[in-house]
Amino acid sequence: MNYLMRRLATFPLVLLGVSILVFVAIRMVPGDSITAMLGTEAGLLTPAQRDSLAAYFGTDQPWFVQYWRWIGGILHGNLGISVTYGRPVLDVILERFPLTLELAVLSMVIALAAGMPAGIYAATHNEKLSDLGVRIAAMIGQSTPSFVLGLLIIYTLSAGFGVLPAMGEFAPLWQDPLRNLSQLILPAITLGFAFAASVTRISRSAMLDVLSDDYVRTARSKGASARSVIWRHALPNALIPVVTLSGIEFGYLLGGAVIVEQIYALPGLGRMVLDAIQQRDYALVQGSVLFIALNFMIVNLLVDLAYVALDPRIRLGES
Amino acid sequence: MARHLTRTLLSGITLAAMLGIATVSSHAATLHMAWSQDATGLDPHKQTAFSSLRLLELIYEPLVRVDASLQIIPAIATSWEFSKDGKELTFKLDPKAKFQDGAAVTSADVKASFERILDEKTGAAARANFLSIASIDTPDAATVVFHLSQPDAPILTAMSDVNAAIVPAGEIKAGSIGTKALGSGPFKLDKWDPNAKEVLSANKDWAGGATGVDGIEISVLPDEAAILAAMRTKQIDFALLNDPLVATLVPKESSLQLNRVPVLAYHVLQLNPSRKPMTELKVRQAISCAIDRQEVLDTASLGEGKVTGPLTIPALATDPSQLFCYKRDVEKAKKLMQEAGYADGFSATVIGATGEPPTAAAEAQVIQSQLAEIGVKLDIKMMELNVYVDAWLKGDFDMAIALNGGRADPYTMYNRYWTKAGNLQKVANYIDDTLDSQMQQGRAETDPAKRKAIFAAFEKHLTEMSPWIWLYTSYSYTAQQKNIAGFVPTPIGTLFSLSKVTIQQ
Repeated sequence: MNYLMRRLATFPLVLLGVSILVFVAIRMVPGDSITAMLGTEAGLLTPAQRDSLAAYFGTDQPWFVQYWRWIGGILHGNLGISVTYGRPVLDVILERFPLTLELAVLSMVIALAAGMPAGIYAATHNEKLSDLGVRIAAMIGQSTPSFVLGLLIIYTLSAGFGVLPAMGEFAPLWQDPLRNLSQLILPAITLGFAFAASVTRISRSAMLDVLSDDYVRTARSKGASARSVIWRHALPNALIPVVTLSGIEFGYLLGGAVIVEQIYALPGLGRMVLDAIQQRDYALVQGSVLFIALNFMIVNLLVDLAYVALDPRIRLGES
Repeated sequence: MARHLTRTLLSGITLAAMLGIATVSSHAATLHMAWSQDATGLDPHKQTAFSSLRLLELIYEPLVRVDASLQIIPAIATSWEFSKDGKELTFKLDPKAKFQDGAAVTSADVKASFERILDEKTGAAARANFLSIASIDTPDAATVVFHLSQPDAPILTAMSDVNAAIVPAGEIKAGSIGTKALGSGPFKLDKWDPNAKEVLSANKDWAGGATGVDGIEISVLPDEAAILAAMRTKQIDFALLNDPLVATLVPKESSLQLNRVPVLAYHVLQLNPSRKPMTELKVRQAISCAIDRQEVLDTASLGEGKVTGPLTIPALATDPSQLFCYKRDVEKAKKLMQEAGYADGFSATVIGATGEPPTAAAEAQVIQSQLAEIGVKLDIKMMELNVYVDAWLKGDFDMAIALNGGRADPYTMYNRYWTKAGNLQKVANYIDDTLDSQMQQGRAETDPAKRKAIFAAFEKHLTEMSPWIWLYTSYSYTAQQKNIAGFVPTPIGTLFSLSKVTIQQ
């Protein structure tokens, strides 16, 4: 409990650091909201016109004033207004987040469902032909970029079969679950493919490690069945690296899968941040990066807590 | 073969059923459209992005329009006339013209719209085109008189742009332009979810008559290969394409049609004549002679386009073969480099924007290899668009690969660069008395034949001075299902004719 409180207490500090970093970084990139809106035509503006537009975008004030206003707003639960959407940043983020969360969960389910059995199978058939097959497949999965796989799937489906999930208008899960699933399954497979490959490799090596441990040998010598050795004795311990990997990967996925969202035209968090950076929508970039950072921290904390559940010998926060 | 086909069909159907996919075009009266880049805002006086203009010209109307042959035709104004001294321009408004809330478009709206554009507080980029307006009179509700400080023939073309759209005076006063789209055009904007989707419905009160479809739904599909895939499966009826690599695949689909039309925008290698050694005329000319424009076009853009001089307006353009060094001459280029004292060549950096245009990097690479033959070592630096625009506006480059927009009038197109008072002189970094006086003559001259002669001389002189190396104009591409009828592509890229498009069953 103490550990949890201490971890939670560090959150505001980390977020403060992230807020300064993102605030400075986005402003250090050349170009501003005015050039993002007008492109090269911005060169036709008179100085007075520029000043007026800067006031509109809120970039006419010195940096520290802008930062102070932003932080002041956050403390009141206000992340600012997005100039692109003309709406509060938090509203825009919360509208996009469910899709990203759903996509992350789906691809994790696919990755774990395919990767773990494959890894365990390979470990129990170590150095056999089938193990080699799984390892080669995992290598291919890890080295195939998601845009290649995504485009390949889209091309094969549309050119070969004349079908494709409806693109452009995304159906939220609670409105039309079937349509929602049809739109998300291919992106989830695309994302889950490489993820599954990592899971396969890590669960295979973790399982191999555990299977050579003394207690497994003891269990075997006591006459435990092969199935019981693997599932009851070895697996819980082999799970720890898998949980670590999944936690990190899941945290990344919650930040949005930019490339897959671009290819499948999904209105997720990743694409939103990318568009916001391109359009120099400062409030939206800052707000969403903070949101993503918070998610990452929460996922990390949950992963740490999961260790305790998996292995009672682990005590968090004790020196 | 038959068995294979059956199996393919069956698996396709199973897959479709599994994915819960509609394979038939949905509601016939709604046009499903896609583009890869979305509009960036709704204020017609402030938006200059290509997609924004294409969206806004379906919602708002200017006083006049240009047709596919770039002739001025009526829009909100039914007729117009210049006074004899060219300093007064009178418009008669269409009495049927109404905003989408039912209010008539009056001369007061026209006056308020132009005053808003001219007000520096607005930040309208097109303001630069209307600086000759001294005052605006509204003798009655249907008549507007613009008093000009000097004769200004190109102003009429500038008024045809959606950046000079007429907006309701009441909305200007309420400060709601940009947050609410209320125009007098063929469609109303019902919903805009930025970077995802726009929903437009027909404006029943439109003075131009009934539209061919009940509405348009625009989806933003950032990947153009995915747009093509969505068209194959008939989810999308009509799409805008930028990438020639994707566009050339469209005709391979039997149910799809590709519309392509040469546009006014031009691909150009901008030299910076304020930086050594581009300060030397002979060095610039050597670069011009060393570049094979056709090869750049063939390699970077699969030959999809046409080699061009500075003027891209068909009625005014000079045959490129008549222009300085448009036939590659490496020997001449080497001789010029030697005379300029750069027989051993020099090193320079060329900047380009990633993906804007999609051919930028390939153009830079072809030019790099061509210039290597005369000893010029080019270092290519590709940048994110906004970073590029920032460097470009500051004139902070040795050379830049650019795709610059064209206008239906050469003065409006080039006064920003090639006049002494041009707003983008610091980007062009080159001006001489001849160019400046040719531009001023062209601005005041209203006789078409004389104007043509003036601008032909301008084009010849500009290519000889070689501050920039004009390369080619490409095509604007739209792809459509073959059952879509009535779309007319134009050199300015407008989608306005979607107002008359119909979907045949």
